[in-house]
Amino acid sequence: MSVAPAELDLPRSADEITPDKPWLTIVWNDPVNLMSYVTYVFEHVFGYPRPKAEKLMLDVHHKGKAVVASGAREAMERNVEVLHGYGLWATVRQDK
Amino acid sequence: MFRPTRDGGASVRLSAGEATLLRTLVVPVMELLNDPERPGPSPAAATAKEGRTEAETAEAGEAGDLFDDLEKLFSEPEGQPSAIPLDPVLARLLPDAYRDDPESAGEFRRYTESSLREAKKYFALTLLETLPPSGGKIKLTGDQARDWLRALNDIRLMFGVRLEVTEDFEEQLAALDPKDPRVAAFEVYGWLGAVQESLVRALAR
Repeated sequence: MSVAPAELDLPRSADEITPDKPWLTIVWNDPVNLMSYVTYVFEHVFGYPRPKAEKLMLDVHHKGKAVVASGAREAMERNVEVLHGYGLWATVRQDK
Repeated sequence: MFRPTRDGGASVRLSAGEATLLRTLVVPVMELLNDPERPGPSPAAATAKEGRTEAETAEAGEAGDLFDDLEKLFSEPEGQPSAIPLDPVLARLLPDAYRDDPESAGEFRRYTESSLREAKKYFALTLLETLPPSGGKIKLTGDQARDWLRALNDIRLMFGVRLEVTEDFEEQLAALDPKDPRVAAFEVYGWLGAVQESLVRALAR
């Protein structure tokens, strides 16, 4: 099956692209979102077991941010859309 | 407050006062999301979506993804906003998906902001439709409960931005003059947090 139609990104200049590095979904700390709620969202959205979801939530809380998923750019953008639906402050970037 | 139900949802008994307060608070969130400066989804995209039944969408699988991609391709994102909203609450509800990369943030926003706004309005509408103004016992399915969680969170974000709350909001409240008009708003914010916390606990069992 051809996958060509999925490549809908507008052309970017070649020097921006580092194809070997994965893309990351990052969640930033926020004074409003409840710790229990953030843990629940990580469990429900990513299917993470409770201990992993709690660890990520605590990383966000104490370190100011955490990488909650990595992979293809499109998948990370989809994660961010879902997390914004839940009111989490999430962004995408390519791993350095 | 909320209790888990056997089918993975949650139930709660709310007074008429609590129900009216929640219904009243969800309205300004919906009004913000209806910002006339930011147009809704293009008619072409809306028609394409309605033309498919849920079963067709579920069956389509990968083809469904392709359909969505085509829809995006032909839905003229040029008419969609690329800049973060000026209103600080709306900016928090619809944040940039890229930091330090305005070009990618703008492009992502053109393709996704209107559907995110529609989704958030839908969550708010679920709350209104499942919560009678007279209160009483309310039974939510799991999906409805997750809509409530998101609607409650959007209301709390609105309060959080307007009141400039920090993680120590109880200390902020304690430091206010009792005559300060913000005291009532801080108290409502605290109550909303307790309602949301209890719903999370009911779902997370």
